[in-house]
Parts: sequence; C-alpha cells; structure tokens
Amino acid sequence: MIELTIDNKKVWVEEGTTILKAARNAGVEIPTLCHFELCGMGIESKPGGCRICVVEVEGRRTLAPSCMTEAQHGMVIHTHNTRVLNARTTVLKLIISDHPLDCLVCAKSGQCELQNLAVQFGIRSQPYEGEQSRYRKDTSPSIIRNMDKCIMCRRCEMMCNEVQTVGALAAVNRGFMSVVAPAFEMNLEDSPCTYCGQCVSVCPTGALTEADHTNEVIRALSDPAKTVVVQTAPAVRAALGEEFGLPPGTLVTGKMATALRELGFDYVFDTDFSADLTIMEEGTELLQRLQRHLAGDPDVRLPILTSCCPGWVNFFEHNFPDLLDVPSTAKSPQQMFGAIAKSYFAEKIGVSRKDMIVVSIMPCLAKKYECQRNEFKVDGNPDVDYSISTRELAAFIKQANIDFLNLPDGDFDDPLGESSGAAVIFGNTGGVIEAACRTAYELYTGKTLEKVDFHVLRGMEGIRSATVDFDGLQLNIGIAHGLGNARKLLDEVKAGKSHYHAIEIMACPGGCIGGGGQPFHHGNSEILNKRVAAIYTEDKRKEIRKSHENPSIVRLYGEYLGKPGSHKAHSLLHTEYFPKSNEVWLMSQ
Amino acid sequence: MSRYKIHLLVCGGTGCHSSESNLVYEMLRDELERKGLEKDVQVIRTGCFGFCEKGPILKILPDNTFYTQVKPSDAKEIIDEHIIKGRRVYRLLYTDPETEEHVPDSKQMDFYKKQLRIALRNCGTIDPENIDESIARDAYQALGKALTEYTPSETIDLIKRSGLRGRGGAGFPTGLKWEIAAKNNADRKYVVCNADEGDPGAFMDRSILEGDPHSVLEAMAICGYCIGATKGLIYIRAEYPLAIKRLKIAIAQAQEYGLLGEHILGADFSFDVTLRYGAGAFVCGEETALIHSMEGKRGEPSNKPPFPAQSGYLGKPTNVNNVETLANIPAIILKGAEWFSSIGTERSKGTKVFALAGKINNVGLIEVPMGITLREIIYEIGGGVKNGKKFKAVQTGGPSGGCLTEKHLDTPIDYESLTAAGSMMGSGGMIVLDEDDCMVSVAKFYLGFIVDESCGKCAPCRIGNKRLHETLGKITAGKGTQDDIEKLRNLGSVIKDASLCGLGQTSPNPVLSTLDNFMEEYLEHVHDKKCRSGRCRDLLYYVISKEDCIGCMACKRVCPTHAISGEKKEAHVINQDVCIKCGACMEKCQFDAISLMNDYPRVSATAAQTITES
Amino acid sequence: MSQKINIAPEAFEYMEKVTGAGGVEVKVNLPKEKIEKINSICDAFGNDPGELINVLHEAQHAFGYIPAEIQDIVAHNLHMPVSQVYGVVTFYTFFSMTPKGEHPVSVCTGTACYVRGAERVLEEFRKELQLEVGETTPDGRFSLNCLRCVGACGLAPVVLVGEKVYGRVSPDGVKAIIEEYKK
Repeated sequence: MIELTIDNKKVWVEEGTTILKAARNAGVEIPTLCHFELCGMGIESKPGGCRICVVEVEGRRTLAPSCMTEAQHGMVIHTHNTRVLNARTTVLKLIISDHPLDCLVCAKSGQCELQNLAVQFGIRSQPYEGEQSRYRKDTSPSIIRNMDKCIMCRRCEMMCNEVQTVGALAAVNRGFMSVVAPAFEMNLEDSPCTYCGQCVSVCPTGALTEADHTNEVIRALSDPAKTVVVQTAPAVRAALGEEFGLPPGTLVTGKMATALRELGFDYVFDTDFSADLTIMEEGTELLQRLQRHLAGDPDVRLPILTSCCPGWVNFFEHNFPDLLDVPSTAKSPQQMFGAIAKSYFAEKIGVSRKDMIVVSIMPCLAKKYECQRNEFKVDGNPDVDYSISTRELAAFIKQANIDFLNLPDGDFDDPLGESSGAAVIFGNTGGVIEAACRTAYELYTGKTLEKVDFHVLRGMEGIRSATVDFDGLQLNIGIAHGLGNARKLLDEVKAGKSHYHAIEIMACPGGCIGGGGQPFHHGNSEILNKRVAAIYTEDKRKEIRKSHENPSIVRLYGEYLGKPGSHKAHSLLHTEYFPKSNEVWLMSQ
Repeated sequence: MSRYKIHLLVCGGTGCHSSESNLVYEMLRDELERKGLEKDVQVIRTGCFGFCEKGPILKILPDNTFYTQVKPSDAKEIIDEHIIKGRRVYRLLYTDPETEEHVPDSKQMDFYKKQLRIALRNCGTIDPENIDESIARDAYQALGKALTEYTPSETIDLIKRSGLRGRGGAGFPTGLKWEIAAKNNADRKYVVCNADEGDPGAFMDRSILEGDPHSVLEAMAICGYCIGATKGLIYIRAEYPLAIKRLKIAIAQAQEYGLLGEHILGADFSFDVTLRYGAGAFVCGEETALIHSMEGKRGEPSNKPPFPAQSGYLGKPTNVNNVETLANIPAIILKGAEWFSSIGTERSKGTKVFALAGKINNVGLIEVPMGITLREIIYEIGGGVKNGKKFKAVQTGGPSGGCLTEKHLDTPIDYESLTAAGSMMGSGGMIVLDEDDCMVSVAKFYLGFIVDESCGKCAPCRIGNKRLHETLGKITAGKGTQDDIEKLRNLGSVIKDASLCGLGQTSPNPVLSTLDNFMEEYLEHVHDKKCRSGRCRDLLYYVISKEDCIGCMACKRVCPTHAISGEKKEAHVINQDVCIKCGACMEKCQFDAISLMNDYPRVSATAAQTITES
Repeated sequence: MSQKINIAPEAFEYMEKVTGAGGVEVKVNLPKEKIEKINSICDAFGNDPGELINVLHEAQHAFGYIPAEIQDIVAHNLHMPVSQVYGVVTFYTFFSMTPKGEHPVSVCTGTACYVRGAERVLEEFRKELQLEVGETTPDGRFSLNCLRCVGACGLAPVVLVGEKVYGRVSPDGVKAIIEEYKK
C-alpha cells in the first residue's frame, strides 16, 4: 500500500493504482471523457488524449492525466483547484469548438458524454470559434458515421482493432485533420466492418450511431393493408428496462409485450421461438457431423461452429473465406423466424407474403445488415423487413407516449411466441451451446437430461473451454465472445490444431446482452453482469427448459417441416456463406 | 595524413554541397593530377565547417587559409597561385565586414575566435567517409578506454560527473538517464540515437552525422556497454540523404575494423547499429513518438511514465539520446569529467551547437561554451544583423522556443536562463529577426508549423494550437480584438499545462514570448490596425499622395470596387473600408502618386467617406 | 503469374478515385513485376509489421508514390489491416498517395527561409505553375510541395527541383527556374 494526499485527504491504495482510481476510492470523482474501461473484461482504452481528467500533482511541471498516471507514494494531488478547473474547462470548450452544436437533433442527445460534461461544467459560451472538421457522412445498413462529431477519443479504434480485431477503423491523417476512418476513408460498407456495433456502443458522442429504422416501422404500422409481425430477441428483455430508469438486470418481458401491442403490432412474437428452432436444426447438424466423424468419415469437418450471430458470420466471411464450410448452415434465429412467419404463419392466417411485414427487435446492429442480405429474400421480399435495436424500441415507446413502467404484463401471441428456457439463454455468451447440449444430449443418448444447467459453459472469460459428458462421449466445447477471441479459436481451426467438437461464438463481449444495439453501458461492466444474471433467471422460471420440448416447435415440425434437416427445413432454415474478402486475382499484364 | 605536404579541405556538408562544392572537389583533383601534384597535395571532402553563409568553403592546411564562395572555375587559379606559387588568392579570402580586410588565417576570423568545438571537433577536418582519418583523430579510443579501464557503472559515473545534459531540448542529465536504463533489468535493451532533427532552421545533428559519423557510433557503443544493450538504432530523417549515406559507410567501415559487431576490441561486448528512417513528422523527435515510429506505427507520443528507460522500443528498456549529446561522449571519456565540467555555467556544462540563421551576416553552425551571451553570438560570431538593419529579436529553440529581445542579449545562455526568459534551448536553432519582421507574423508562422505537425492525439494541442493560429491570423488580418489577445494568453497557458507531450507543452511559447516581449506590436495590430514592419499585407494601405496626384481619373476607372473618389484634376482619395488591396490603382498610376503605407490613413478615409456619401 | 490478394472489389473503384485525385488521371494497374517488387520488398523486411515504415519507404522509392493497391498488398503481406497501413501513410508527410510531377518543385519553408522571404517565393511558384501545394500539373510535368529545412540555411530561401538546389531564390527568379525545365 502507498499513501498519497488527494485534495488534502490521506488516501491509501495499492501500488500501480491510477490517480483516477485512487481518487475514486477516496470519494473524489474526477471527470473523464476519452477514458473507457469495461472492468473485469480486459477492455480498456486510455490514450490520454482528451485531457479532461487532468489533475495537479505537486512538483510536476505540467498537469497530469489522472486516468493514466500511477499514484506514487507521497504524491500530493489537487483535483479541483483553479488551475485544474481552468484547464479542464478550456479544453472542454476547445473540444466543443470543433463539434457541431446540433444537440437538439442529435441521435445521441441525452446520452452524449460530451453533452453531459458541458452540463456538468456549466458551459454557457463557446469563445474559441474557428474552423470545424467536416467529413462526408457515411451511411451503411447498420452504422452511420458522422465524423463531424468525432472527438478522437479513440475508443472505437480500440474496440475495432484490439477487442474485435476487425481492423475496419484506424486513426488517419494528422493533427487537426486526424479522424478515425476506414482505409482510404472509404465507406464502412466497402470495408471489412462486420457491423458488430461495438464502436457504436462505446462512442461517447453522436459520431457513430445505428442506422435508425423506426420510421420505416411506423410507416408499416400505419398501413392498414399490412399485417405487421414483431419478434423480440432474448437479450432485449433483460436490458430494455434500463432505458426507463429500471435497475440493470430487470426483466421486462411482459411489459415489453404489452408495449409492442400498444404500438400497434398485429402479432407480438418471440425470437426465442426460433431460437428453439435453431437448436433443432443446428443440434441435428452437430449430431450428424459428430456421428459421421465418430464413424471415421474423413470428409466431415469438425468442430462445428454456431452461426446465429450475424457479426460473427460477417467476420468469418471476411477473414476466413477458406473455412466457410465449418460453421453450421443453420440460419440465425432472426432469419428462421422471418422465414417461418412469412411461410407457415402467413399461410396459417391467410395473409400473402407481400402483405406481411416482419419487424425484429434486436440487441444488435449487424441484424440490420443481416435482414437485408439477398439470400434472405424471396423475389426481392425480405423474410425480415426491418430490424430495430433495443435503443430504437425504447425511443419509439417514449415517442408514442406509452407509460412503460406502469404497463401490465402481457404475453406473446401464439404460435410463434412460445419458447423454452434454452432459447432465452441465447442472449448470453455460452447460452447457445448450452441450449444445444440440452437437446443434443437427449437426442444422442436417448436419456433424459436431469441437470439442465451446464455451469461449466457459463462465465465471462473471453475464451472458455469445457468438456461435457454425453453419457461416455466426452464432447469438447469451446466458447468465445468478442471477435478477437473468436479469431484465436479460428486460427487454431485453420491450422488444424483445434481439439473442439463444437464452438460457440458471439461477436460482442458478453454475448447479445452486450450487443451494439443495447442501452449504453458507458463502460459499467456490472450492467452486463446483471443482464447475464437476468437471462439465467428467465431460463429458470420457464417450465420448459429444452428446445425440443417446446410444443409449438413440435407442432411446427409435425404440421409443416417434417423432421429437422428435412428438405423443407433445409430450404427455409439453412443458408450458405460467401467469401467477403473476395480473393481477387490481379492479372499480370 | 602525414605523407602529404598540403591538404585541401573542401566542405562536403549539405549547404556547400548544394552550391557545387562537389565540382570544386573534382576540379581541384583534376587540376592537381594535371600538374602532377597528386602525391604531395591531398584533397579531402570534409563535413561542415559551419560557415555556411559563404560556402562553398575551402580550407588549406597547414597555413589555415580559408577561402569562401569557391567556384569550380577557381580551382585552376588556386592550384596555380596558392599551391604552386605560394601566393594566396586574395579575392577568395574571407573579408572582415568591419575592417573590410582579407583574413588569411581562419583562426583570426571572428566567426571562429569565440567558438569551442567539442561536438563538432572533427567536422571540417576529416574525410567522414574514411575511418582511418577518424581513427587518426582518436575515434574509438574512448570506447577502448571504457571497455578496458572502466566498468559500466564507472563510465556512467564519469558522464554524470561531467554534468552533460541532453542537447535535444529538455536538458535531462545524460548520465542519470543512462543509469536508469542500466538499472532496469531486461533480456534486451536498446540504444537509440535521435537524429530526427525536425526544427526548421536547425541542422547541427545533420552536420555532425555528415562530418563525423564515427563519434556518434562510438558513443552509442559506449552507451550500450554502460546500460547493457547490444543493439543500437539511429532514427534519422529520410530528408537527410547525405547523412544517411555517410552513416552507412561509417557503420560498414566500423564493422570491418571490428569496432562494431561481435566482441568489440576483443572484449566481451558486442554491439551493432542499424538505421531507421523518419518519414516527415516533427513530433517523432519526441522520444515516445520516435519509438512508436520505429515500431512501424503512427508517431504518436504516449504518456510518461513509463519512460523509455523502463519500457521503450518493443517494450524493452531503451535509452534515447540526441546526436549532439552523443558526439560529446567520446571527448568526455578521453579528456575527463573535470575538463568538461570546467566549461560552461553552474548547471549547464560544456558547449552547445547553435544553427545561426535568419537576418544575420554569418549564417552557419557554431559551437560555443555555455554561458556565452546572445550578444557575443550575434554580433561577434554572427557578424551582426544583415544589411545594417536594426536587431529586433532572436528566436531560439525552434517552434518550441520563444523570441528574445534586446534586453536578453547579455544574459549568459544556459538551459535555465533561456527557460526563465520564456524560451528554451531546444535543439539549438537560433534565428535572428530584424526590424522588417513582424512579431505577430513570426508567432503565426511557428503556430502554422505546429498545426501542421501536431499529431492530433490530445485535444489541447490538436484544437488549441489550431485556434491560436486562427486567432493570430485574425490579428494579422486586422480583425483582432483586445479579447483575442486575452484568449491567446489563456489558451497558450492551458495548452502548455495540459498537453500530452513536449510538443504541445511548448507549442505556445512563440505566442506567449512575443506577447511578453512585443505586446505593443499586438496592440498596434489590434487597435491601430497597423503592422510596423509592413509584413502584414492586410494592414497595408494604398494611399494617394495629394501632392503627386493630378486627378487623371485613371485609378478611379480601374478600381474594381469603386473605392476611389475625386473629381477630374483634383487629388483622388481611396476609401479604405471599400478598398480590397488589389493594387490595380498603383499599377495604373503613371505619376507614382499611389503608395503603400503601414499607417491607417484615418483622415483620408473619413474624407473619402464624406465624399462618397455626398 | 499473378498474385492473389484480399481486396474488396468495391475498393478498386474507390482507389481509382483516390489515385486520380488532384486533377491527374492515373490509371494504376499492377503488372506482374510491380507485384513481385512489392512482395520482394516485404520479404526483405521479413513481412514484419514493425518494419512497415521501412517497407513504405522502399515502396515509395520504387514506385514514386504509394497508391491504395500497394497499401493493400503491403497490408496483406504484413498481416495487418489496411486501415492501419493507411493510418501510417497519412500520418507521415513523406509518403504520398499521388504521383509527383516529373520535376517536383519543393520550396523550403523552414524558419530561416521564411524570414528571408520563402512565402513570396512559394506564392510565385503557385502562380506560375497554377498549382496548390501538394498538387501536380495536369500534364504531370511539375508538382509543388513545401519542405521543412534542408539545412542549407546559408542559401535561404532555398528551392529544390528534383535533386537540384537553388539558393537565394527571389520571387523574380522563379520564372527562370521553371523555364529551365519547360523545354
């Protein structure tokens, strides 16, 4: 322990503690801007660039950034004397002088960390007028880049490169011209971006935001000719409440169903239903590959990789074009839902495909891109018409003047609203593979699985491996969340060194609960942990905990699809992958 | 060198090289061969003599004759007259500007009299492409001495006692720096020579590398021995092709002689040096930025601590020293710490190399003992202000430094005194400004440089300097207000206080020091809309002389903004509020009645207004 | 022989736009020799991402500039995202993504040259060549750039055309310098 003085108070901290944390221990909150940390997940960005957190350290010539200066024994620190406050305010005014003042119409208004600081510092004027950075606005199916609002905190760059290893974004140019951008300042759409949305989830300002599709949804809802069907992903119910001031981890499944109904959706369904369906298809595929492998078939490729995460799909299409036959061919739950809604369900209620609009509420921005992919369209009509994020739904509910907190709990509609606990845990890292194990175990062994909770598969470590006993068969399972971790497992597969039978991958840290479309966590990893716990609670509460026991699923196969993996199931519920890196041959001339 | 009777030293530094010293060298050799003298007279291409103003320079030994501005066509005359007939070519001798007499012996030149050359000891005396000449001048003896007579910690102690401080800018004690790097244990350590001399107007590092590369290589090896490193890297600007070429030759020759490589001089010490190239980023002179650049990344600095001595190149302890610092090391080891510390002031020991430039008679490279005054440098060594103009200021320390005035001329120069005066030692650029220079414009020039060179990582430097530059632009355009002057001060002090690296922390110095020393010029720009030096074009006014104007109307017709009024055969007047300063009227006037003035012609403007209004 | 590289095809179109900037229509194609040259440069540095700046120096030396295609191949060989290569290229003024003119004119705007009137010399070049700094004439003959201190401060203001140094240049002398190269 070392002793130092912060604002005339004696403080004792561990060696290696930053001044910022030492002050926090002493109850002194130093404002920060560029600093970002997801505690316990190894995700941290502290370029020391914004200079908002500077403090005076006696004996030092210049002010010190508290986020990256280690506390030392005997240090005497002042966190808010005039010198410090003047520097902070001046620097903040400088940052604002290169920032558009269109807060009223900014997508980030109310959630903007820069705006919050301006409020906290009581900024009432902007004396440093001058040239402002201007960039071309870049619109992609999922993410909108408005770099006029970039403050060079470099969080997105860190997320994209260090955590996700996607490498779409990098700091380019120098000085006042510097900005974070894709190579050659090309559009995100032309870059290797996977639309995981982690850049959006850490951006402190409105520089990176989701492509907002709420208006399209409103237009569909107001069209009497359309039957509008909505599906909500598992992770949404564990986070939506935060937008309404509820403590993190509050489940709002029932209120959400009521709200959606009040918004005017004709059928309020659940993506959990199609998550169960995914398990049926993916689990079957896993067992088939496994059995062929055990039978010594040299052509079968193991491990099988999950494919429900569209950011992950984009990632391997871009980075591992030679491994496209490794992931499961099963579509994601969102797309399975759309395919079934616009076939089985549309037929059931006698609505033509073109008159049905399927909307999905997702914790995810990559889903926006996914539902626009050509292979998920029939004659140009997409299986899922619009995907909006948890944040967009919350804004929509507020806009519609719905008193969310006082809504009664509602239920999902039948038949695409029924789900098992296995489906709910799709929202957490490790959840998909746990759900698959619950079903695959019973299908493989023919025995009833008594203990459905596979605790070995749970947790928040970036890469986890576990062995699950399938009645004598030791199944090696790998789990990665965060694309950087995924890359490590994929490199092993590529090198032929992977010992796993199955690998679950989710692009976002924590899984879908940490998705790019979720309410902003502002670096508080406790929020993610609470969401994870809420999801497991929801699972526990469910009467049915295994996908193959979902009666609506059983009925769907009985009435419509036949068996998992059947021809019809294949045409509706499976897909193929395309190399995105497009191995181009530059011909000699 | 002994078998020759006479040596002709031709300067091969970049300055002289640019004015065809190469051809002079070739012509001299040709001429000697023609005369059959090549066995008696040797022509050597040396490094910089420092007297760049009058290059190309040719010095003849043993009589110390110093020829200036030698042209290739002079070669024949020099050989015929000086070498064969023993008569000096008077027209090529340096002429003392005061006495207007020829100075035959370089030792008698004011330019050299006050200099003390330690770092530059071999520049201009040896052929830098020939290691034998360096060795003849004691190169690698200090390395040998350190390896055989001293332990690493004894060597570090010697450097500490010498009082040598970093010559790259901040003046950190070199011995202490080495000691910290030595104490950090690691499997690998690195010695880095910072040769990314980016100060515009400073060229001492380049001259040392071009003129005496072995002194730097030797010092790096000594440092390697002291801190326990086996690998040295020189980070050098790609804009210095000649220095790169000579370094490559020097490294190859040193390797060949076993002075670099495995088991140097038979000792249990191996050390090798490779080159890394800068790519045009001033900020890479900052050591953490330099290290990132060497790692193939953007040259963005990072917070210190950790210092490079703890975690530097590839995360290993790294000692970064500037070229001039290193060039001092061998001399210190050979001559002793006491000798070195006897030179200079209380806290700044030894000498400092300055690049004298700007409005000064003797532009060039000089090395003077610490504690010398600016007056001695400018008036005695530098020969005073060019064209007899009045001295206004001297800018020291490059873009990070400040402008000093008349009142600072007698301050003994060292690290502390320059900082106290609002400037800094920096790398040693020294630009003399005269009455024709506008101090606001000079500050704006430096800020323009900083805006171009800021890496963009931290907000105060990225945006703050941009705003400083814009505000200075506003003032020089005559649109400044008193408020702007206050803004400059506050912004400047916050940028200094809150920026991430040394670049930002010193970038407002040109503004703050001119505010301190030349406030009246700022006030004139802001309140009187006047630039006394006439440098700010927006503060120049076209004025028609009442006496000379005959009222021909030619200017009135040509004026694109109808700013000129006046009746035929009456004196015309220009309305300054409407005038866009295109100069068309002045071009048109056949009677020289229109001139540019730097005083705002208030009376005539009001008069013009009444005329246009009526 | 041909070379396989990872490039999004959309990027190609974009690259042509980029490399064609500044009014110079440049069709960049990469024949076999060029690709082999880049590969050999990368190989010479062990395809080490730490050697990126050295690789870029060599590439610029070999091709005169570093267009997007070359950055793509370098990124591929050095196993790093092309965005980072681009980030480095745009950080250092020495690297150029547009080809220099046949006669690159560089005006020194270091302090010594500035106080001796480099600004007016630069302006004269701008006027005479009708170029902004960083641009190349449509016929590809001249390009105009600034540089910081070549160290020939005794000759200030200094102008370089290619390797040739012109000292003590006055605005009046600019025309004559350009004429030398117009033939």
